[in-house]
Amino acid sequence: MENQVTIQRRFFPKKKICKFCADPNLVIDYKNPEVLKPFLNEKGMILHRRQTGTCAYHQRRLTTAIKRARIMALLPFVADVELE
Amino acid sequence: MFELPKVKRFRRWETLFIIHPDRVEEKQNILDKLQQIIESKEGKILKLEEWGMRKLAYPIAKRKTGYYVLAEFYGLSALPKDLENFFRIDERVIRYIVVKLDDRYVPEAQAQA
Repeated sequence: MENQVTIQRRFFPKKKICKFCADPNLVIDYKNPEVLKPFLNEKGMILHRRQTGTCAYHQRRLTTAIKRARIMALLPFVADVELE
Repeated sequence: MFELPKVKRFRRWETLFIIHPDRVEEKQNILDKLQQIIESKEGKILKLEEWGMRKLAYPIAKRKTGYYVLAEFYGLSALPKDLENFFRIDERVIRYIVVKLDDRYVPEAQAQA
């Protein structure tokens, strides 16, 4: 009987918190690519908000900022292609 | 006939553009032209920031660097049309973006009066 009691879930998914809601000083701006970089994967694709925990409001702003930064060559469109 | 009162609507924008790395010497020429276009629409440059030479994330016009200039300004609503027209035609500007910051802007000169 004791063995049955010890069976429990080993993995508890941690609740993700939106980075921008937690820190109001962090402003989403296309001119500051350093803030946007953690939300891209190694290929330069925008991460899903399921993966980063960003709220819907900030994810919308984030995607427009990333797309603007890409136009201005502050962020790459495709990152894994090495520049000659 | 009934006529709408003529009200001048001012808006506030910012623009970031990249100058071709080989033609940075003509930077002053571009900035003069920028000011001329903004003043033709009764606007004014509020802030001018030069980021200088920066590495591009991907090559533009076969170059890996570019000279970034950021300008904040206000003016009448038809201003970006003229500005984008200039940027598109000018070969020295290799990339540009115009972003609206405020839909309504009251210039300081008018606010005091």
